[in-house]
Amino acid sequence: MSQKITISPVTRVEGHGKVTIHLDDKREVTQSRLHIVEFRGFERFVQGRPYWEAPVLVQRLCGICPVSHHLAAAKAMDVIVGAGTGEGLTPTGEKMRRLMHYGQIFQSHALHFFHLVSPDLLLGIDADPEIRNVIGVARTPDYKDLAVQGVMMRKFGQEIIKATAGKKIHGTGAIPGGINKSLSTEERDFFLKSAAPMNADSMITWAEDAITLFMDYHKNNRDLVDNFSKFPSNHLSLVGKDGAMDLYHGRLRAVDADGKKILDDVDYQDYLDYIAEEVRPWSYMKFPFLTSLGKDKGWYRVGPLARLNTCDFIPTPKAQKAFETYKAYTGGKPNNMCMHTHWARLIETLFAAESMKLLLEDSDLQSDNRVIRGTKTLEGIGLLEAPRGTLFHHYRINKFDQIEMANLIVSTTNNNQPMNEAVNYVAKAQMNGQDRITEPMMNAVEVAIRAYDPCLSCATHALGKMPLEITLYDHLDNLIDRKFQHTD
Amino acid sequence: MGYGKKILIYAYGNPGRQDDGLGNALIDLAETWVKNNDIEQVSLDSNYQLQVEDVIDMHDKRLIIFVDADMDGSVEDFRIDPVMASSRATFTMHALSPGYLLDLCNRLYGHHPPAYMLHIRGYEWDQGKPMTAGAKRNLDHAWKALLEIICNPELLVSDYFECVKNDRDKEYKRSTVHLSV
Repeated sequence: MSQKITISPVTRVEGHGKVTIHLDDKREVTQSRLHIVEFRGFERFVQGRPYWEAPVLVQRLCGICPVSHHLAAAKAMDVIVGAGTGEGLTPTGEKMRRLMHYGQIFQSHALHFFHLVSPDLLLGIDADPEIRNVIGVARTPDYKDLAVQGVMMRKFGQEIIKATAGKKIHGTGAIPGGINKSLSTEERDFFLKSAAPMNADSMITWAEDAITLFMDYHKNNRDLVDNFSKFPSNHLSLVGKDGAMDLYHGRLRAVDADGKKILDDVDYQDYLDYIAEEVRPWSYMKFPFLTSLGKDKGWYRVGPLARLNTCDFIPTPKAQKAFETYKAYTGGKPNNMCMHTHWARLIETLFAAESMKLLLEDSDLQSDNRVIRGTKTLEGIGLLEAPRGTLFHHYRINKFDQIEMANLIVSTTNNNQPMNEAVNYVAKAQMNGQDRITEPMMNAVEVAIRAYDPCLSCATHALGKMPLEITLYDHLDNLIDRKFQHTD
Repeated sequence: MGYGKKILIYAYGNPGRQDDGLGNALIDLAETWVKNNDIEQVSLDSNYQLQVEDVIDMHDKRLIIFVDADMDGSVEDFRIDPVMASSRATFTMHALSPGYLLDLCNRLYGHHPPAYMLHIRGYEWDQGKPMTAGAKRNLDHAWKALLEIICNPELLVSDYFECVKNDRDKEYKRSTVHLSV
């Protein structure tokens, strides 16, 4: 005898997600799965379009991280126009893109921590969902400043994006071979010299404060933070040639749960030699894996936790100091603790803040030497470290300059198996012996998934067209309950 | 218009998704009109989604008009409804509801401006296809109505406070705006 319980939607996760948990006749969890409806139509949509349109077109994929898609596509098109594989651009071209990217990382990470995670940490994961959100944080006098900081950090990052990409929607800043605008001195001074808190120094201070906040929470909640949904995995990301954290460009590196290198110094133009995607019948989203380890053992995590496991150091002083403390906690070994992803994300937030300041102080941003071109090729691959993890864009064009093939592996897809592992871990810990879903149980599942900050909107921008479905099946798989809810 | 504070018209949607870009298209129309007529008391913005930082540009406004495409069949061509502050979190916190933003504005600034939602009926949401003819027609109607509001916002502002006072937001419909088109 078995039962199937479905939890849907997964709140505070972008897009639509559904979790099914299967119980046997003793109410023990036998299987749990995170189902994600991934939209794959985009790759067909770009077919036939001129290659130079790709960096703008791909922003239609996602309203959450359009900059990541914009830059990954631009990097792929750099290869096609003969501008090199991430290292051949003019200093102005590369640094403007880096500033855009770190602005995106900064605002995305700030949103995640202050507005998605801090309610769980500050108000408790068992708190009433009605108050367990940023308004609940803002209502609490001791935490109101945090809500303000989150808002201002988002604003700062968005303004950086606007200044580098040209506009909020369908930015045009990155073009094949470079960028189409430099940063004016007025724009630079706005970010460096505005009254506090809307300046780069304030952002660095607040990022440091957020790390302190998390570490204080950790000190008082060590068991939860260290053990909740903890499981070993491989980790994959780009790192700089020298092993430095680099979220814009680098070489592929993968390490296993003990730190042994599986991949190192791999040119991502060759990613197909190392990474494949498995299709499973119960999920629309593919499952990427390292081919050298096979489907069962080759899955990996991407994102902040993975990046701090793969890199050797962080090339900005304050983030490096935080990194050393973080690494010391595991004795230098890879960190496989799910909730430490938040810690890692905040260290990256500090890295992004410091990087933005360094870039803003660089006079190359005011140069007009923005574009470079070389000998055209018919295929290009662009990778970068998006807020949620490694993002792959792969295009092939024909002799008429039309895109004839596109393959995208988004960060959330890379984390597909880890999120399923996390759900399974929590389901077994929380639901064995149960036959009803309580709010704390639901939230435990959500907290585990939320650590990966999955963005499903690349897949499911439905704007109310797609109702959210809640279904409950009995042990014979008969549907016994179904509820619909719109995303409003 | 006689107000020291500006009216904010904030549209959200994805112009790459056919009729989902109705709000963004309305902002394009408004930008041209504002530029051609040298209008200073109107602030325009559009984005893919509403987000927390939007409260910074909201809190000091006289009136806010949110604009979004709507697939609800009960919206014939367009409709304008008051938006009430609501602490109810939406399904996804990556994209916020107007009511949630108003409540956040309340919490952070101690108040929020009167706000309305201009729904414009859309029909298709595919990627890369042009806006449908029906949506274009509705956009034209909505823009004419919005122009009336911009030129004479006092009625909406006073109605909003009346609406809050009577807590009758569910039933409220600005039929006069509709009839005047």
